[in-house]
Amino acid sequence: MAGLSSGGGSSLGRCSHAVVRALPESLREHALRIEKDKAVDFARAEREHQLYVAVLKSKLGLQVLELPADESLPDCVFVEDVAVVCEETALITRPGAPSRRKEVDAMKRALESLNLNIVEMTDETATLDGGDVLFTGREFFVGLSKRTNQRGAEILADTFKDYAVSTVPVYDSLHLKSFCSMAGPNLIAIGSTEAAQKALKTMQQMSDHRYDKLTVPDDAAANCIYLNIPGKGHVLLHRAPEEYPESAKVFEKLKDHMLIPIANTEMEKVDGLLTCCSVLINKTSEL
Amino acid sequence: MTTEVGPETEVKKESEQLGADAANEKHEEATESQENQKSEKTLSEEAQSSPSSPALATQSSPSSQKKEKDPSEGKGISRFIPPWLKKQKSYSLVEPKDEAKKKPVEERQAMEERESQLPEEVAEPKGNLEEATIESQQEAKADDKEEEKHSVSSADTQPAKEDSKEIGVEKVADEQEEKQKVEEKRETKEVQTAEIKMEKAPQKAPKKIKTVPCKVMLLDGTEYSCDLEKRAKGQVLFDKVCEQLNLLEKDYFGLLLRDNSDQKNWLDSSKEIKRQIRSLPWIFTFNVKFYPPDPSQLTEDITRYFLCLQLRQDIASGRLPCSFVTHALLGSYALQAELGDYDSEEHNNHYISEFQFAPNQTKEMEDKVVELHKTHRGLTPAQADSHFLENAKRLSMYGVDLHHAKDSEGVDIMLGVCANGLLIYKDRLRINRFAWPKILKISYKRSNFYIKVRPAELEQFESTIGFKLPNHRAAKRLWKVCVEHHTFYRLISPEQPPKAKFLTLGSKFRYSGRTQAQTRQASNLIDRPAPYFERTSSKRVSRSLDGAPVGITDQSLLRDFSAATVGPTGDMVFDDEAVGQTTLKNGEGRDEDGSPTKIQQLKLTQDEKSSHETLNVVEEKKQAEVGIEETVVIDEINRGTIQAVTDAGESRKVEHLSKKDSSSLSSDSSSSSESEDEVVGEYQPHHRAAEDIIREEQEENEDAKRMPKECATKVIQSVETIQEGSKVTVNQTQVTAKALSQENAVAIKTGEKNVMEEGKQDLRAEDEEEQLRINGDVSHVDIDVVPQIICCSEPPVVKTEMVTISDATQRTEISTKEVPIVQTETKTITYESPQFDGSAGGDAGVLLSAQTITSESVSTTTTTHITKTVKGGVSETRIEKRIVITGDADIDHDQALAQAIKEAKEQHPDMSVTRVVVHKETELAEEGEE
Repeated sequence: MAGLSSGGGSSLGRCSHAVVRALPESLREHALRIEKDKAVDFARAEREHQLYVAVLKSKLGLQVLELPADESLPDCVFVEDVAVVCEETALITRPGAPSRRKEVDAMKRALESLNLNIVEMTDETATLDGGDVLFTGREFFVGLSKRTNQRGAEILADTFKDYAVSTVPVYDSLHLKSFCSMAGPNLIAIGSTEAAQKALKTMQQMSDHRYDKLTVPDDAAANCIYLNIPGKGHVLLHRAPEEYPESAKVFEKLKDHMLIPIANTEMEKVDGLLTCCSVLINKTSEL
Repeated sequence: MTTEVGPETEVKKESEQLGADAANEKHEEATESQENQKSEKTLSEEAQSSPSSPALATQSSPSSQKKEKDPSEGKGISRFIPPWLKKQKSYSLVEPKDEAKKKPVEERQAMEERESQLPEEVAEPKGNLEEATIESQQEAKADDKEEEKHSVSSADTQPAKEDSKEIGVEKVADEQEEKQKVEEKRETKEVQTAEIKMEKAPQKAPKKIKTVPCKVMLLDGTEYSCDLEKRAKGQVLFDKVCEQLNLLEKDYFGLLLRDNSDQKNWLDSSKEIKRQIRSLPWIFTFNVKFYPPDPSQLTEDITRYFLCLQLRQDIASGRLPCSFVTHALLGSYALQAELGDYDSEEHNNHYISEFQFAPNQTKEMEDKVVELHKTHRGLTPAQADSHFLENAKRLSMYGVDLHHAKDSEGVDIMLGVCANGLLIYKDRLRINRFAWPKILKISYKRSNFYIKVRPAELEQFESTIGFKLPNHRAAKRLWKVCVEHHTFYRLISPEQPPKAKFLTLGSKFRYSGRTQAQTRQASNLIDRPAPYFERTSSKRVSRSLDGAPVGITDQSLLRDFSAATVGPTGDMVFDDEAVGQTTLKNGEGRDEDGSPTKIQQLKLTQDEKSSHETLNVVEEKKQAEVGIEETVVIDEINRGTIQAVTDAGESRKVEHLSKKDSSSLSSDSSSSSESEDEVVGEYQPHHRAAEDIIREEQEENEDAKRMPKECATKVIQSVETIQEGSKVTVNQTQVTAKALSQENAVAIKTGEKNVMEEGKQDLRAEDEEEQLRINGDVSHVDIDVVPQIICCSEPPVVKTEMVTISDATQRTEISTKEVPIVQTETKTITYESPQFDGSAGGDAGVLLSAQTITSESVSTTTTTHITKTVKGGVSETRIEKRIVITGDADIDHDQALAQAIKEAKEQHPDMSVTRVVVHKETELAEEGEE
């Protein structure tokens, strides 16, 4: 039975399925990126991604739907941006980057196969990247960024009526989740930059709820994946110590979590972070 | 509307209600213009008591009517203005000779009035005292002309009478409850004829009590009918309904007036119903008013049951949005509660269609509901209700009371008032949120609604944010809802509304019920077996015991009511507690010796406790204080100049000003001496509120729109005259004061007004406002000056010249930046009469006490500042009243002013009115809206 995520966030991280997508070779040359000068080691990127998927599938036991890459969609590996799934409902977004709009098709089919209630963002004026959507288990924060606009946020609010949807201006980063994510049922991981801290303040002010925060030195490392897997408890996928040693130390202080460091060096060069590469779904009812 | 026939002095109370209508109609025919006034009056009846009666005002000017028989004046403000004031209209501010003659007359009259009041109080004559007191005099003096005027004016006097009646009743009730009985009684005596009458009225005609049939729509869709005494207060009806429902935890509920708007208008239980419903039928709706954030903490299942019924309505109507899945889930619990376990035989496919779960209910949803219903097997109705509530309470719009508004840029938004604070929505999105602890003050003015918020971490000044509501009434409604929600959810006990003491013009609205903390405490004491109740449409339910599952009950009992203060922000809880403590201390301090200094210190302590920036705060405050005092002094100087120019008799004022006690109504009297402590006490509750001072609008445009056009023109001229004098300095001073006042709403107006007034009143009022705000102000506000009540422990000597200016500039910036700019047109006129008893001004005397009282009614806000000084062994009391009349164009400002003037005289019969400043401000830009 569904219902509101009971217990005020305690269902956060519950997950039975994940949707991922292979990365196309076109990613190396054509994937969108803020900093143009970084060369992507595609082979390494692929290895990292395979490891990522393996963790979800083998280590955590999720049912993983792996969508094939589409060379015409260089950013298609970043599936998070094209769908927001909460409970039984999936909102297929309208990505802010026009070059990415076709990415939704494969995702829609995949989510339909999972029997989710599909809501499509058809409004031509709306844009929304899933990377701008932070679901805390109690409410949504939507970053208003270059990729996400007010209308997109409104449609999200209409889709998930049970929850408060607050908007957070995002200035310096690609997405809201470029510097934050949930690291636990009531715990927001947040980067240390001024922009990140400011956004956190905004979120704190907008919320009736009081979140704990986990501040990490590196913004990118603040993007982690929290899961609550039956039998495994709190699981946290975070960036590897080789990449962000200081931030990794912070995560290592989380005693209750099963910590899984994952390297994401190559993808980060095209602004891809840990959460970007999967859509996590909790199917409670049988398919 | 019920009326009496005006001209007849002896109106029988008994006949008042019914016979009136006919008479009324006549009046309407006679004077169309009066009709307007009448309906306007009705408006003003609505929510607030505006105790003073225009009737008195009208009649108060018998002498003026006699002297100036010019009929053309009958409609204007002049009709209401005492003779000496009329003289003033000839622009010359001072006419000592004339005034000298008139003044004694005034005084004599005042004396007469007073004398006549007292006896009546003791032995009530049959006649309706409302009119009798004054009218008897009038009649005696009146000539034919007056008779005519009387009949004309009678129509508009009626509603006011009703007003004053109610106040009277309230007073009586208060007296019984209040410890300060003595003082209260004194008040009653010296002040109001109307009140006295009220007390007697019920006794006079017990047999003739009129009842009104009234209906209440209950949450289960049934209807409750009863007969109510016509003048019954809301509480009576509410109690009856709750009794009928067998509901003990009733503080979460309320009665809604039935009007056509989609807005919720709550019946104020402390006010007469009659005055609130106006022309509407006596039909009400019983509803949840305060949604308990955690319904599991309710003690009784029956309470949860009613809450469920309310939420089912909210959900089905779409007021409480939720997703498909949640609709289905909540629907299934509702079914379980109402029908019991799913029974495949009994519950065929259609059983569900009679229920509405969602605004747009689909077959798919119904199927889902049935599917879920099957899974609830075994849940008792009470358990099903609990599950229902556990899910419903998490909905983001649970307990959020939405109001349409526009932001400062004219963008449509919604303001949501809830347990935790104020939420700002644009479309479905939450774009801002102001938790109660963040809000320092809530005010409204015309159709604008303002919140003053604490400075953010690195900011130095708090800011005021303005919103535009559709109209004045909507702004006030929102304001009231905020006051109520804040009090209910955040305070331990409600603030006492300021007692109407010297001012009877209106009372400040406060939430008068129990707070959540109190109601939880009370519920914990509920000791009765779980009451049996029948759920609406299913008898099956009754077979299962409605007793709560043990677990739930226990939980609620275990929970300490202190949980009430647990807000989203943990630290703020301490605020509240600290505040509570401080309040107590304050009270003690006052009781001991009334030493203002002490209180001040306590306040500072309080600041430290509850604010995050401690030292800074205090310092800033002190600075601000300095600024204010400086301002005052400057003002004094200016006053001196002015007086030299204008009026010798006024010199006395200078001296008073220096003591911060200028007043337009003044005379020697020690009558107010006792009340000062008490008055401070009246504001004490603000301390409790600590982080928020919620104050009703203190408008500067007191006389706005009140003046007839003829007057307005003259006003301008007189203004010019004044300005010729040594006015410039004054203006500056007042600008400073305005800046200091820091309240944008005020600031705008004050600035304009200052130019024209002598500023005395203005300054006073601002100071008063400062005081009011400060009383509860925990903030780090530089401008929130320590109240003068407190300051006066040290003579208001100038301290320095510093600070003020910089403050002022900053202030001003803020105001202009934050607040939607309101275009206004301002006009001011000053009437003065000389004072004879004052000495020539140099001697400052010793300030004994100063106090400020604010009261508010639908259309008027009255701020009264009373100062008492001793000079050469003679004590003087000066009362300055500032009356702000606001409102939609439908308010008769002339009459309101007249009423105020008259009332002032009534209240202080042994004092004389020395000066009246009329300041009119019209909002130009938004004419259409109001």
